[in-house]
Amino acid sequence: MPNVLAPIITLVSLGILFGLTLAYAAKKFHVPTDPMIDMILSKLPGANCGACGKAGCMGFAQALLAGELDLHACASVAAENRKSIAELLGLNIEERTKLVSSLHCCGGNRAKDKYLYDGMKDCLAVSLILGGQKECKYGCLTYGTCVKACPYDAIEMTGDSFPRVIEEKCTACGICVNVCPKKLYSLIPFDASFAKIYVACSSRDIGKVVMSACPVGCIACRRCEKACTHGAMKVEDNLARIDYEKCTGCMECVKVCPTKVIKVR
Amino acid sequence: MDKIVAIIIGSLFINNFILFKFLGLCPFLGVSKQTKPAVSMGLAVIFVMVSSGLITWLVYRFILLPLHIDYMRTVTFILVIATSVQFIEMVILKTSPVIYRALGIYLPLITTNCAVLGVTVLNSNEFFSAGKPVNGSFGYAILQAFFAGVGFMFVLLLMSGIRERLELADTPESLEGLPIAFIVASIMSLAFMGFVGLKI
Repeated sequence: MPNVLAPIITLVSLGILFGLTLAYAAKKFHVPTDPMIDMILSKLPGANCGACGKAGCMGFAQALLAGELDLHACASVAAENRKSIAELLGLNIEERTKLVSSLHCCGGNRAKDKYLYDGMKDCLAVSLILGGQKECKYGCLTYGTCVKACPYDAIEMTGDSFPRVIEEKCTACGICVNVCPKKLYSLIPFDASFAKIYVACSSRDIGKVVMSACPVGCIACRRCEKACTHGAMKVEDNLARIDYEKCTGCMECVKVCPTKVIKVR
Repeated sequence: MDKIVAIIIGSLFINNFILFKFLGLCPFLGVSKQTKPAVSMGLAVIFVMVSSGLITWLVYRFILLPLHIDYMRTVTFILVIATSVQFIEMVILKTSPVIYRALGIYLPLITTNCAVLGVTVLNSNEFFSAGKPVNGSFGYAILQAFFAGVGFMFVLLLMSGIRERLELADTPESLEGLPIAFIVASIMSLAFMGFVGLKI
């Protein structure tokens, strides 16, 4: 009989002893934390993407509470959650238009190569060698560093081997904007009906040079500028630019563009 | 002295926990993608191995053996390890937030790491004979726990270095990521088999 009892009693008493020790330690070594942090944390996306510059959402919550960062430093928090965090903190925040990332290049494998590259499959690496393997010095290097960098899996490679932003997943955190060695990404307004278009080229070369390097580049022909009746299209530095404040979404520029670089999202 | 050197070399290379005993493989593959987390994980493992090696030796020596219930070793050790890790976590959080942040999530993660249980079970096998601790048993147990942890960190560091390079290497598409890591792990294990012939 004692042979059966000994292990049971030992284990039970060890369990009780450890339980009590932990309970005592939890009291003794309790570190008071601000309950606000937990409340804020529960409203944050929890992706720990680090786009705000802090190590994860916990760091962001602490920075918010300390007043180091603005609530808008986190782009991926949902609008209603942002509002309730602002209420918690007693802040007034103005609504900002939702943004989405877009890639200003559609060259991919259609753009000509300057040399044969056989090194690391990484844009940052290839950009170190004569500014990349593409003839066009502004264009996408097609090795998808942005695809790997996106914490939300919102960028994918298309068949023409240039990246595409999946808008539903994009939170406009801005990581791709910073990581691209060619600075090809920018954040543009998302939901406004007038802003469905973007210029899928970043080349500031003159038309002739662009045409020799890539069939889908902006050749600065100014047809969009003339077609636009709202003054939203401007060709500066041999590149068409859209003023999203003025654009009404009439799509006239899209129709006249000879190389089809003004794209509808 | 011979025994000490034998324990150090043995637990570092010959009986390496990951590559020879195949214990603690989940952190080995899970936390070996980058060097920095690998170091944190390694430090946390060393820490937990030494502290639980210490406590389990005491529990084994003064509770389990006198009551002749050393067959309860596994379940008791799990209990002891889990509790001590929790306890240590609380103490560290209170006393040194810097260390707490450095170890981070890895401390609670290794509560159930089989390498930690492995080293305690091994200690109770090797340094006790016929229900009595051998000469210097306690010191040997701590030494073995520490160097088993160092060996763990060493291999984790090697692996993370290799995997950082692998990220940029031109691997076949079907082998990218974890599959190639498994292949690398097995080659490393083969290499460590070379230490088996070592006579100290």
